[in-house]
Amino acid sequence: MNLEDVARGAVAAASEAGATDAEAWAEEGVSRRVRVYDGDVESLSDAGGRGVGVRAFVDGRSGYAFGTDLSESGVREVATAARGAAEAADPDEHGGLPDEFGTTPVEGLASRAMSGWSTERKVELTLAVERAARERPGVTQVENAVYSDAEGSVALANSRGFTAGYEATQAWAYASAFAGEGADLMTGMGLGIGRDPGGLDPEAIGAEAAERALALVGARQPESRRCPVVLDAFVAASFIGFIGSMLSADAVQRGRSLFADREGDEVADPALALADDPTDPDGPASTPFDGEGSPSRRTALIEDGRLLTFLFDVRTARRAGRTTTGNASRGSYRAPPAVGTSNLVLEPGDRALEQLFREAGDGLYVTDVAGLHSGVNPVSGTFSVGASGRLIEGGEAGGPVRELTIASDLVSMLQSVRAVGSEARWLPLGGSVKAPPILIGEMAVSGA
Amino acid sequence: MTLVDPGLAARVLERSLSRGGDFAELYVEARQGFSISLDDGRVERPQGGRERGACLRVVVGESSYYGHVDGHAEEDLLRVAGSVMQAVRGQARTPAPLGAAERAEGHAVAIPPTDVEASRKADLLRACDDHARAAAPEVAQVRASYAESRREVEVFNSEATSAADDRTRVRLGVQVVARRDGRVETGNDNRGGHAGWELVEADPEEVAGNAARRALTLLDAVDAPTGRLPVVVGNGFGGVLLHEAVGHGLEADAVQKRASVYAGRLGDRLAEPFVTAYDDGRRPGDWGSDGIDDEGTPTRRTTVIEDGRLVSYLYDVLRARRDGVASTGNGRRESFRHLPVPRMTNTFFAPGDATPEGLIGEIGRGLYAVSFGGGQVEPATGDFVFGVSEGYLIEDGEVTAPVRGATLVGNGVEALAAVDGIAGDLEIASGYCGKAGQSVPAGVGQPHVRIRELTVGGTAT
Repeated sequence: MNLEDVARGAVAAASEAGATDAEAWAEEGVSRRVRVYDGDVESLSDAGGRGVGVRAFVDGRSGYAFGTDLSESGVREVATAARGAAEAADPDEHGGLPDEFGTTPVEGLASRAMSGWSTERKVELTLAVERAARERPGVTQVENAVYSDAEGSVALANSRGFTAGYEATQAWAYASAFAGEGADLMTGMGLGIGRDPGGLDPEAIGAEAAERALALVGARQPESRRCPVVLDAFVAASFIGFIGSMLSADAVQRGRSLFADREGDEVADPALALADDPTDPDGPASTPFDGEGSPSRRTALIEDGRLLTFLFDVRTARRAGRTTTGNASRGSYRAPPAVGTSNLVLEPGDRALEQLFREAGDGLYVTDVAGLHSGVNPVSGTFSVGASGRLIEGGEAGGPVRELTIASDLVSMLQSVRAVGSEARWLPLGGSVKAPPILIGEMAVSGA
Repeated sequence: MTLVDPGLAARVLERSLSRGGDFAELYVEARQGFSISLDDGRVERPQGGRERGACLRVVVGESSYYGHVDGHAEEDLLRVAGSVMQAVRGQARTPAPLGAAERAEGHAVAIPPTDVEASRKADLLRACDDHARAAAPEVAQVRASYAESRREVEVFNSEATSAADDRTRVRLGVQVVARRDGRVETGNDNRGGHAGWELVEADPEEVAGNAARRALTLLDAVDAPTGRLPVVVGNGFGGVLLHEAVGHGLEADAVQKRASVYAGRLGDRLAEPFVTAYDDGRRPGDWGSDGIDDEGTPTRRTTVIEDGRLVSYLYDVLRARRDGVASTGNGRRESFRHLPVPRMTNTFFAPGDATPEGLIGEIGRGLYAVSFGGGQVEPATGDFVFGVSEGYLIEDGEVTAPVRGATLVGNGVEALAAVDGIAGDLEIASGYCGKAGQSVPAGVGQPHVRIRELTVGGTAT
């Protein structure tokens, strides 16, 4: 089955059903998942899926429908449902298809090596991850060691004559290890991502899970105070992912972003530079075009501490009198495009982690936060989230701590960044983010 | 209507056990849904979808092999059986013969949502918008959403299970943003159930009004206190605390992996003798209710804590077999694309003898946490953190100023042991619970509950 033909057929069917404009996104893929526990395969899956989603425009109104039946009659049913749904919407003068389409070549989205990996070798890799974690003295158990991959193709077509498609592959593995016992049981996670299993280092993933758990053994509740805080790459990535979602022009226009009216302002320390980049060949969320056919491009969001722009799709750009930044994102054929980040890249600085500790002097090193999405007020930016990590004492890592909260507001936090670390890595936390550790000048820490 | 003929199901199961295996199951599903939202006064994003698919799994010892396909075509089902079976090395087994799928006792749906015109769903949202905006001039933004779904499910397994269920759910949610002098606050409320259009058609303004009240209240909020304080948790959505801090640790997969603080504690006294808690997937019309679970086991009421003692974990078929007990009907999955895992249905504290006023009246200085913005827990340790979305100070036995930015940080075992009062006003609210990459509708609830002391993390110093 040719996906571009399916998408074109869906567009034609929607136009026949009375849509003034239409767009279809077709998708097909396979994925596998291996989960091991205690040296054995706990589950193994091989799954296939396909579907099509149609956006139909009728006189400024738009409706969406999707289905899993890609036969001619199935596709027609979806197209007709989309056209019917449009009737229930209010007209939107800024809606509709983009005026310009195109693709940006991005190398290496699909790895040919993926197909050379047998299921047996993937099982071996997963077992190696578990072994690497379990072998560390002090690790009491490995709760999970998981390998997962996906190979897929997508096609996009619209009634203005655009048709394009691409293929992508992805492989990732993670493990969560336990150290300590009873009330002192601590967990740690290790993970890796690549375009195929060859891009994963099972030793490093297992060891990371073990080390993160072991580092917390014996943690106690610290005293409440205000102090410098170093966020490790995991935690920095979680915050950056959240901040990225606040930079969506859709959130801004709907009055749900603390960054509304802040374009051009100094929202961060000059040390901080943030971009959205769907063209980075290593970026898990890289694509040649966005969810409505605009070509992909890098967008600088914060430079020299200044907020340069929001992220736009065609609709929000028209409303603001701007041009799209190519950020119409699609999770799957089951939902219409919406403004979203691609790969958020927080530019690394020049400080090793140890230097960040030295500059912090006495403070807190946070290696895990819980409840970020419920703990941050998206409009005011104030947050108070649960955290664990280590003390920083005399410029060096001290004892482990937990059952504490860190509180601030996002802009104050960005403005009080004192230094940015040099060791950046890709993390799939709250979207696709590449982040290094960062040192924050001061935050409120609540403990005992 | 039948999705898959039992004769075909039997052939698929036979093929999947042709190289051995202890257990085989075919899960078949037809899903359809519609949703629509309103934002900034405009009705938008009307969308519908239809999916059909099946999931096949074979269990061999401690291992599960599975695959899923889109569609119910015979050749696709037999192909996935063939591919899953490749992973197994053993002697062929013959599955038990299958009868016709028995339809579970349904939950009453008076008005099927698919019979209601999309324009009326748009009007429902407009009514919420109007009502919220009329609450006060400070209401700056209103967002409302309506969603309906129908899942027809059939489950066949090698142990003669042949069961079916037909599930209809609707949910209305409203979010209000209020603004005054540069201060911006949000409030939420929702109503959902295993029910038809009738659930949302009746008084949708109540949902809009609650969301508006929460946002407006927060405009006057003071910074949250910090420290260890007595906390009264509100009824309804306040039960998310029980769900997260205790419930997840009772799910048998976490228990068997010793990834739960409740492992090995059956029969232990964990709470005061007046504390009883249930997981109940049968409660008529509740959000987390179904006729059967996603393994074909009839849903039921399971007492998890009885008079302060831990008496049961929550099981699916696989974990129940490992412990030599019967499934409690908690094998749930998001869709045919997922494997079932032990999940809560509707989880709540049983009503007690106290009154909310009585619980609050005995506190000198504390926090009244009415509703949470969400929460997270580490089941291995029981450590939790919750953001309080609507909360008030308690001073000298009275509810006083609203607070913002409060979080509750603690440990499930300690918090459960510290429950020192339960009121009689049980209410169940609707939420989505995420676990193992799957999201399922879960009912959370409780009457007003008082916890002797919890760590409150706030912004005040």
